[in-house]
Amino acid sequence: MNGKDKGKVLEIENLNVYYGAIQALHGISFYVNKGEIVTLIGANGAGKTTTLRTVSGLQRPRPGVVRFLGADITHVKPHQIVKEGIVHVPEGRRIFSALTVKENLEMGAFIRTDKRSIQESMEQVFDHFPRLKERLHQLGGTLSGGEQQMLAIGRALMSKPKLLLLDEPSMGLAPILVEEIFKILQNINAQGVSVLLVEQNALMALSIADRGYVLETGFINIQGPAKELLTNPRVKAAYLGGS
Amino acid sequence: MWQKLKSKITGMTIVMWTIGIVTLALVVYGSAVTLISGKYTLKQWIDFLIFGLAQGGIYALIALGYTQVYGVLKMINFAHSEVFMSGPMIGYFVATDLYHFNYIDTHPYLSILIVLIVAMFVSMSVAVILERIAYRPLRNAPRLVPLITAIGASFFLQYFFKGLFGSNIKVYPDWKVFLGKWVVFGQPILKIQIIVFFAAVLLMAGLFSFMQRTKTGKAIRAVSEDKDAAALMGIDVDSTISFSFALGGMMAGAGGVFYALMYKQVFFLMGFVPGIKAFTAAVLGGIGNVPGAMLGGLFLGLFEAIGPNLFLDGLGIPSPYQLKDVIAFSVLVLVLIFRPTGILGERLAKRA
Ligand SMILES: Nc1ncnc2c1ncn2[C@@H]1O[C@H](COP(=O)(O)OP(=O)(O)OP(=O)(O)O)[C@@H](O)[C@H]1O
Ligand SMILES: [Mg+2]
Repeated sequence: MNGKDKGKVLEIENLNVYYGAIQALHGISFYVNKGEIVTLIGANGAGKTTTLRTVSGLQRPRPGVVRFLGADITHVKPHQIVKEGIVHVPEGRRIFSALTVKENLEMGAFIRTDKRSIQESMEQVFDHFPRLKERLHQLGGTLSGGEQQMLAIGRALMSKPKLLLLDEPSMGLAPILVEEIFKILQNINAQGVSVLLVEQNALMALSIADRGYVLETGFINIQGPAKELLTNPRVKAAYLGGS
Repeated sequence: MWQKLKSKITGMTIVMWTIGIVTLALVVYGSAVTLISGKYTLKQWIDFLIFGLAQGGIYALIALGYTQVYGVLKMINFAHSEVFMSGPMIGYFVATDLYHFNYIDTHPYLSILIVLIVAMFVSMSVAVILERIAYRPLRNAPRLVPLITAIGASFFLQYFFKGLFGSNIKVYPDWKVFLGKWVVFGQPILKIQIIVFFAAVLLMAGLFSFMQRTKTGKAIRAVSEDKDAAALMGIDVDSTISFSFALGGMMAGAGGVFYALMYKQVFFLMGFVPGIKAFTAAVLGGIGNVPGAMLGGLFLGLFEAIGPNLFLDGLGIPSPYQLKDVIAFSVLVLVLIFRPTGILGERLAKRA
């Protein structure tokens, strides 16, 4: 299977995360193999965002372990985790609205210094998202929702990640645009970037993923190959509109 | 139609517009009477103008520090007055040493450069240490906590410098090259004021292009907007915040030396009034906005220098210049009423 079993890129072990007294994650464990697209699906408040924020160091588990390419990164600071090769496209896109599209992309390449190879990455981003090139000198805040999502993904790619974390990229977008973006995610994955995709749109997510996990109020209750989850009666009933 | 319009006009808008119109009428009337009476000559108006520009340049340099810090931390650094004071205070000792070795007379430009660098370095260090010790541990505390800490830090620094160097007023040595006047278009103008104005503009232009062009400048803007998102780009948020304190401190230190050159004296409380004025300027321009702080500073300086004589003299007020602070703060109040975001503040509404 085109090199998708070369070992684990991300490994989460017994992750417990609290907000004050509220426990958002109850000892979840999962992994992403090199080259895979893995999706984490679940309803509002299931803990999907919390999981991604913990992987990228914005939230601390107690206890719990996050391993990236075999190394324990549980206590590494967020900006250093980017250097390790994980990049996180946050929920709601969070692009810098007062910076131009170009400046947003430059910030994505913050950890890199070689100007020429940064320029090459920018060209690659434009290959994925030609619309960003047309809007290069426009302020991020003036982009449409879909364009902002493209910028958020493009900005993340500028760090040359090994693992891409995406938090609900389909949120608020028209179905046709969601399809376009998911196709691009598959292209990005085909170029060797492993993907951990958080989604409420379970059908779309499972249709491009290799494997999936279902998160319910802080517990992973169902997991398996995406194809199996698509036919799993419980998943169908709760997340695929019962059809 | 009329109903719709009526529902939009509340008691508050009527009060606001009344205040606005009355103020405007007084200003126009006062100015007209002053100008018609011909009490001040053209030369005097030019003097006021140049003084206003120089003073405004200093306000602007200080205001940049308030705005930089507000940008990244959304807090008012009330100890910034003392950041401003600390540079020229230490600079004073360097200046007097240079003076005693007769270096100021023999190498005036090199010596002012030395004093400037020392002062900028001291103010920068004070700002950075302040952030590290007093503000960073409170990053996630309720907003009132760092504010109170800032006021405490302000007193601490004042009395720290008083304790170290005494409370007497320290007189800066003269730079002979900056004394006297230049004749520009037939008008004699104080050299020092011109120099201060242009030096301030130069520094501001430097800071502005730093913020626009360099990676660190862009990172500061990114952190100002969204710390988590910036961290997810690999930006070290803590050191970026330190850096913006450093930049603000440097500008304030330079402003402090210019202040010392214009007024010839420094002492431990010297930061108080210019600090509050510069804060006003930062709010006027739109706090958090770098060009806004520059504009606000210059605007306030000019307003203070020209305003009292122009608006108040014609209203028959006996010694209008005594009221320049009243003017400065009235401007602040009016701006806050009619344009709470300041002149350039937050033009771009954030999208979710
Ligand atoms: N900053 C916070 N403070 C307190 N509780 C929080 C905070 N953030 C999240 N939570 C709680 O943690 C739980 C998980 O939230 P999380 O945002 O991870 O869910 P999610 O699966 O991403 O939901 P959504 O699909 O709505 O984005 C929720 O019960 C939420 O209320
Ligand atoms: Mg979420």
